[in-house]
Amino acid sequence: MRRLLRRGGAMFGLAVVAFFVLIALLAPWIAPHNPLATNWGAVRQAPGAAYLFGADELGRDVLSRIIWGARASILAGVVSVSISLSLGVPIGMLAGYLGRWVDALISRITDAMLACPFLILAIALAAFLGPSLANAMIAIGISATPVFIRLTRAQVLAAKSEDYVEAARALGNPHLRIALRHIFPNIVAPLIVQATLAIAAAVIAEASLSFLGLGQQPPAPSWGSMLNTARNYVDQAPWMAVWPGLSIFLLVLSFNLLGDGLRDALDPRQK
Amino acid sequence: MQKYLLQRLATLVPTLFFVSILIFGLQQLLPGDPAIALAGEERDPAAVAYLRAKFHLDEPLPLRYWYWLSGVLHGDLGDSVRIQKPVTELILEKLPVTIQLAAMAMLIALAIGITAGVVSAVKKDTAWDYAANAFALWGLSTPNFWLGILLILFFAVHLGWLPASGYVSPFEDLKANLAAMIMPAFVLGNAIAAVLMRHTRSAMLQVLSSDYVRTARAKGLNERVVVLKHALRNALIPIITLGALEFGTLLSGAVLTEQVFSIPGFGKLIVDAVFNRDYSVVQGVVLFTATVYITLNLLADMAYFLVNPRMRG
Repeated sequence: MRRLLRRGGAMFGLAVVAFFVLIALLAPWIAPHNPLATNWGAVRQAPGAAYLFGADELGRDVLSRIIWGARASILAGVVSVSISLSLGVPIGMLAGYLGRWVDALISRITDAMLACPFLILAIALAAFLGPSLANAMIAIGISATPVFIRLTRAQVLAAKSEDYVEAARALGNPHLRIALRHIFPNIVAPLIVQATLAIAAAVIAEASLSFLGLGQQPPAPSWGSMLNTARNYVDQAPWMAVWPGLSIFLLVLSFNLLGDGLRDALDPRQK
Repeated sequence: MQKYLLQRLATLVPTLFFVSILIFGLQQLLPGDPAIALAGEERDPAAVAYLRAKFHLDEPLPLRYWYWLSGVLHGDLGDSVRIQKPVTELILEKLPVTIQLAAMAMLIALAIGITAGVVSAVKKDTAWDYAANAFALWGLSTPNFWLGILLILFFAVHLGWLPASGYVSPFEDLKANLAAMIMPAFVLGNAIAAVLMRHTRSAMLQVLSSDYVRTARAKGLNERVVVLKHALRNALIPIITLGALEFGTLLSGAVLTEQVFSIPGFGKLIVDAVFNRDYSVVQGVVLFTATVYITLNLLADMAYFLVNPRMRG
């Protein structure tokens, strides 16, 4: 923890992530306008006193939509990575711990999933599941799972041959206890690092799916779908494109900085 | 070499098998009757009946998989419901556009990424190094569709130098083609440049501390020759093979970039297919992508094997 605190970049990342989580939680109280309320008198109004970040093509407040949109982005990041972790870690542990045909089978399935580029697999899954924020999170979560299977498997393989695991086995501990009590705590650090970086990728992926119309459905606000609409008004209302993009960039950058910082702090060998 | 190749090929078959199951399985995710979903919004009963017979929907799942797989093995990826064309034909039609975009993006990425990586390794812990690292972080954190919109805003709307979107075939008008492709290629190359910069930096740092570089310096060689001829040449091996693995990023990025700039390529094909609920096209595109990725991966491994004599032993 102290090593993490000493890193400026990671601290900046942590602060920005905390800021976005806070505005997502407090959205109903801090948003100056209703994010769905249209105002025909304010269509594409430039940023000013009434609308700090300007208004969109239906006269909705861009700032309020950014604040509410933070919910979709953070939720998508956290929920999809939780899905990947809860699938990937047990499967990876099985592969690494049991070895043999279980490992061979799981490894080939993982290879097959990794052969489909992450976003293209997520698009295909979201297309077949149907467009919604929940389905986008499932699609992203499943697409990101093989990375966690691989990482967990490799870590378990390394830990398995350590003396303390040999000792636990020699004492006659059951397999499940060795896996959960002796191996798991020793592979948590790299998983935390990977999960933080995966949240960054998941936030971009959710924004991408929403941009393509496969995530959060209108009129509910999300940064990706805001950018999709903004594309059509880029010459008349550039503020519609600037703020949502800047928000995605800042949130993703922060998770990346935090992930890099955690890696340096938790695992100095991986530098 | 032979043994390694055989081993590598032996894992290829099961991987491709699982890829096919995965992609066939996508169909099973469709809620309700697939024939109705595949028939599109009109739900023409004749079309539904035709599709049910065509996909053998009344037969058991393993048998259906077998029919589908034998089609695929004969190069038949099904037909597009919307455009009434074989999926294979559609893919081959759109592919050249994306190949041009991807090739230009890769050139830009290599030029920026390798230069930035070499500079930051040679000038480690200086302002140059920090700037290059900041660039890599920016590249990794910027959604490329946003970068695309910003570039359109600046170069097309403000300065009026480049067209905002659209595509011209290079055989019709090469200049107009390049003008339309340069922004999307830069957007697509940006993220890959960041990854290449990080790889180049770490490969160069490792090589620069090696004995033969020290010897070269001790011989009194010009620093420029040491860096470019002795160090970079050896550092390039892992960079090139890792670069081949960026193919997935390239294609994923192309989906969004082509959407922003309205370029009628491979990425736009899958997005349009998703919107038209043209599911066989979606399946075909994913299957094609995965197969190309697996092949490239194999070629990259073999290239690594060939250029690195230590691996041959």
